[in-house]
Amino acid sequence: MTFADSPTSLAEAHEALTRGAIKVAGATDLMVVDHATLREHASVLNVLGIAELQGIRLTPDGLDLGAASTFTRIRQAEEVMRHAPVLVEAARTIGAAQIQNRATLGGNIANASPAGDSLPALLTLNARIVMAGPAGRRTVAYDAFHTGYRTTVLCADELIERVIVPLPTPAVQIFKKVGTRAAQAISKVVVALSANRREGALTDVRLAMGSIAAVPTRLVEVEALISSGPLNPDLADRAAALIERTIAPIDDVRSTAEYRRHVAGRIVRRILLSILETPPA
Amino acid sequence: MSATYAFTLNGQPIEVEGPPMARLLDVLRRDLGLTGSKDGCGEGECGACTVLLDGEAVCSCLVPLFQVEGASITTVEGLSSEGRISELQRVFATEGGAQCGACTPGMIVSLRALLDRHPAPTRAQVREYASGTLCRCTGYERILRAVEVLTDQRLAEGVAAPEAREPSSE
Amino acid sequence: MQHLNAVGQSVPRPDGLAKVTGTALFLDDLPENGCFHGVTVRSPHASALIQSIDGSLVARADAEAIVLVAADVGPRNSVHLIHDDWPILAHGRVNHHGEAVALVAAPTLARARAAAAAVRVEYEVQAPVLNLDQALEGDPRTNGELNILARCEVDHGDVDSAFAEADVIVEGEYATGHQEHAYIEPHGIMATPRFDSKGVFTGVEVVGSLQCPYYVHEALCYLFDMEGSAIRVLQSVTGGGFGGKEDYPDLIAAHAALLARACGREVKIVYERQEDIIATTKRHPSHIRHRTAVKRDGTLVAMDIHVLLDGGAYTTLSPVVLSRSVLHAAGAYSCPNVRIRGRVLATNTAPNGAFRGFGAPQSLFAVERQMDKVARALSLSPYEVRSKNAYREGDVTPTGQVLKESVSALGVLERATLATRFRRQRSANEAARAARQDDGRPLLGIGLSLFWHGSGFTGNGERRMMSKGAVRLRPDLKIEVLSSSTDFGQGTEGIFRQIVADACGVSLDDVVVHVPDTAAVPDSGPTVASRTVMVVGRLLRRAGEKLSFALGAFAAQLEGIAPVSVVLHDGIFETEQGTTPFREIARRYLALHGPLVAEATFEPAPDSAFDETTYQGDAYAAYGWGACVVEVEVDPDTFALRLAKLTTVSDVGHVIHPVMCAGQVEGGTLQALGWGYLEEMKMKDGRYLNDRFQTYLIPTMADTPDMETILIENPTKHGPFGAKGVGELPMDGGAPALLQAIENATGICLSAIPATPERIFEASKIKAES
Repeated sequence: MTFADSPTSLAEAHEALTRGAIKVAGATDLMVVDHATLREHASVLNVLGIAELQGIRLTPDGLDLGAASTFTRIRQAEEVMRHAPVLVEAARTIGAAQIQNRATLGGNIANASPAGDSLPALLTLNARIVMAGPAGRRTVAYDAFHTGYRTTVLCADELIERVIVPLPTPAVQIFKKVGTRAAQAISKVVVALSANRREGALTDVRLAMGSIAAVPTRLVEVEALISSGPLNPDLADRAAALIERTIAPIDDVRSTAEYRRHVAGRIVRRILLSILETPPA
Repeated sequence: MSATYAFTLNGQPIEVEGPPMARLLDVLRRDLGLTGSKDGCGEGECGACTVLLDGEAVCSCLVPLFQVEGASITTVEGLSSEGRISELQRVFATEGGAQCGACTPGMIVSLRALLDRHPAPTRAQVREYASGTLCRCTGYERILRAVEVLTDQRLAEGVAAPEAREPSSE
Repeated sequence: MQHLNAVGQSVPRPDGLAKVTGTALFLDDLPENGCFHGVTVRSPHASALIQSIDGSLVARADAEAIVLVAADVGPRNSVHLIHDDWPILAHGRVNHHGEAVALVAAPTLARARAAAAAVRVEYEVQAPVLNLDQALEGDPRTNGELNILARCEVDHGDVDSAFAEADVIVEGEYATGHQEHAYIEPHGIMATPRFDSKGVFTGVEVVGSLQCPYYVHEALCYLFDMEGSAIRVLQSVTGGGFGGKEDYPDLIAAHAALLARACGREVKIVYERQEDIIATTKRHPSHIRHRTAVKRDGTLVAMDIHVLLDGGAYTTLSPVVLSRSVLHAAGAYSCPNVRIRGRVLATNTAPNGAFRGFGAPQSLFAVERQMDKVARALSLSPYEVRSKNAYREGDVTPTGQVLKESVSALGVLERATLATRFRRQRSANEAARAARQDDGRPLLGIGLSLFWHGSGFTGNGERRMMSKGAVRLRPDLKIEVLSSSTDFGQGTEGIFRQIVADACGVSLDDVVVHVPDTAAVPDSGPTVASRTVMVVGRLLRRAGEKLSFALGAFAAQLEGIAPVSVVLHDGIFETEQGTTPFREIARRYLALHGPLVAEATFEPAPDSAFDETTYQGDAYAAYGWGACVVEVEVDPDTFALRLAKLTTVSDVGHVIHPVMCAGQVEGGTLQALGWGYLEEMKMKDGRYLNDRFQTYLIPTMADTPDMETILIENPTKHGPFGAKGVGELPMDGGAPALLQAIENATGICLSAIPATPERIFEASKIKAES
């Protein structure tokens, strides 16, 4: 027997959440697990109708995305296309249309899969997560959101309300997913890079990867290397070598650790070479 | 807890009683007798259960009943009425788009969602949009050609304009 | 020769409307009428002794639930196929992960699942044999000896002398992996028991998603030790088969029937996707070794081939799969001295069984890669070495069969190379690779394969089967096709209508097809082996002609003229006195004589023979021929493949329905390509890790190349209107062509599939080191 709530405001939602209700957004993972395990929840809460979680807009804080935004909306939103193309590219690769029409940004974050495709993009955008609970709102840097394999700072009675991407966003934003096939695939390695260009070099470099560790991860050492001098093929090669040396992905059903290490380096190298080939806007 | 949920199904208002986390697919197939949507994998990978939820293609195996309250659902059964089938369905049948038929309802509903937005889609658009529905029989070529036959027809009749080429994602 | 109105036309398929509107009723769509739901309790171990099974807690969990174990099956606890070694429920031991150990039925699926969880089984786990390498070390089940499920040998010419005198000898080893059928509709069977007035079980009616109603019929007759009339098997609309619903429905039907007998009511078993992948048959993995002797100019002199197939836990159809594998192992090439040795070894995985191509794709993959290796050794192009050795009319196969007609190896090869400018493109790609920068731009490759596939059963199979097909004039004046051939997507139903309409001389609308139902149709054999159009289609053509002739004779009789002068054309009987519509004559015939049925039985070609002890003679009545060109882009950083273009040229004789025929070629070739680079079954302790569609990946529309499908028509006298089989041929050529394309793009030469990026990456490191 499951008790269900479909609140329209955060205030209504808090009551159910203090009872321990399971949060249901696009349900694209939850329903799979429920069906496979035959588990039943005592209480569920539909977050899709909560007003505070809706909409994509520009505010003085930055690009402000409601947690209930589906990846289809993110792909279509002009503000996101203009300021966060890396997130649009990530959204394109999440499942296929049927999944993008349902899966939400907040759900992808809260689900906290190491393979979550939007997560490295959010890391490179220096995003902040706004969480709402009975005690009020709090905001954490997305850098500090994940605490371990599928664990986060989000409390059971809290909801992800919004995701804030500070503006201006970096001029260079690149996303690349190495998946198991061309579409509807879980990633073997996902890479996102953002930076600004100054003369012949990259500054403010943020490089993040998914599926290479228990959590989506920034590669701070590599970022430092990339920012350390003029961008040239040698720097690209050195970045690739450093990545291959330092990351420690695992073997699983989708790929091997060795392949992941190799590909992660090669992808970053290719991204850097492509930046080199592209004249600054 | 069972509750009653009201929504629109194939244009008709309907009320369904059931557990909130019941899969929409099971509600359609078992409770409402609409067996056109198929249960191919139960995890949103095959797309055989695709329906339109407020006009957007979704896997009904991943939609809990309580989230369709107030929504509009269209299943494959809703795409034809009283023996009148859509042009998409007609070209699918004549151009070899359907073989075993198990993916066909989901494929047709997915393509309908695409064609509602892009009346004359490019091959690349069809490939991307319909990649969420698996077909093991056709190799997809005859499905693509069926859509092209329909597109050519629409362009010739002037009811659709050609799509601008989308910039490559890379 | 009849006037062809329907044959050769892409007429709408009769089931098309129902399928596009979602009204076609698949097994799980049928009304349930208060049936019980059956659930299978499965082994979590690959190899174990069963110490105890306790179903007593089931009754406590659910008073209405029924539980069955091996002891409840009766004395005939095996799936009746070739060797009766496959238990319906495991007794004493389990031989693969997912093996059926017990059955539970309850009023709802949820209750049945809950009840199944209450069955307690204790195992003593043993070390399993999980792959061919381990199997070659010996099997504990056969006291450490090789556990051989089947053998097959072919000898032709003097191989040893030829090798002794050879200019060049080339050796190669090739491997292929498991493949899941991945039909979109999982398995499903519904069984309804029958009892007499005293409550004694008298038989069962089974409806299901299946390819071979008479296989299921025979299996149930054996299980219950009952006469044929006690068992009735019908096919429901079947959502794909590809061989996966050839053998396995025997087992599920037995499960459903046993539960139905125990429950005293209808029982339905529908597999979940994961269960379907875990428990059901796969394509046999293979290890194939080649030694080839050639002249310097590329002419084949001798081939020595060892075929090893992984049969899984039980024999199923492995001997027949091996036979076809061996008979195709030398490829579409003439060679005067050939020795082929084939074996199937048992392992502790789910039994491997029928899968489109039936062993031939494995051996054709190997021989095609070996031809590439021969070409490389002699600095010839893949095209040259194939063109030099491809079968010509009059050539002799390793079984001594003289290829007398309908030989198109060169024809398809030439057409495919011309259509793709193969030689020029291949050289251009090589030049581009030599000049390339390490800049992430994709590497382009093109690859070619040439292959053949025997239509119909091997050797004396058709002679033994003696299939029947019939047509019947119904009271509503429709001509009804009666056969046990099933349509699970290929378009059988529509093609039979076309053949019979033209055979009879009536319009398509006058012909209907009876649902495959063992109580109503004769045994036309199973729907397998690329035999439906050529073998059964021919029977139906003959039956149709007989019926038409009988009506013509009747029309002549009515008008008092000689029977031969009245022939049915376009639905009209025409004589000097005038014309009479078919329906008019048919109506009068039925009124005067009652029912009219015309039947035809398989007649072996008088000039063909096959000796099963020496494996010499005519292995197949006719062969389909195919060439496949794959163009690919390889990402130099990730080794991910993009299939850019697929061009196929197929000769399957006279094409009955061009669109459906092309659909078979395209769908089959994509399956072959998926097997070649994407579809992988990894295992841990005998459990498949890729047991869901999220992990077992088949190509999506975004993974698929644009396809150009060329059909050339070289008719055979053995098929209706010259048609040969098309079902399996397309499965044969995709994988080797793809690997040759990868080689052209990267210089990396692979001999095992799937060619995953990880595998190409591994090979690239070896290449870089050497």
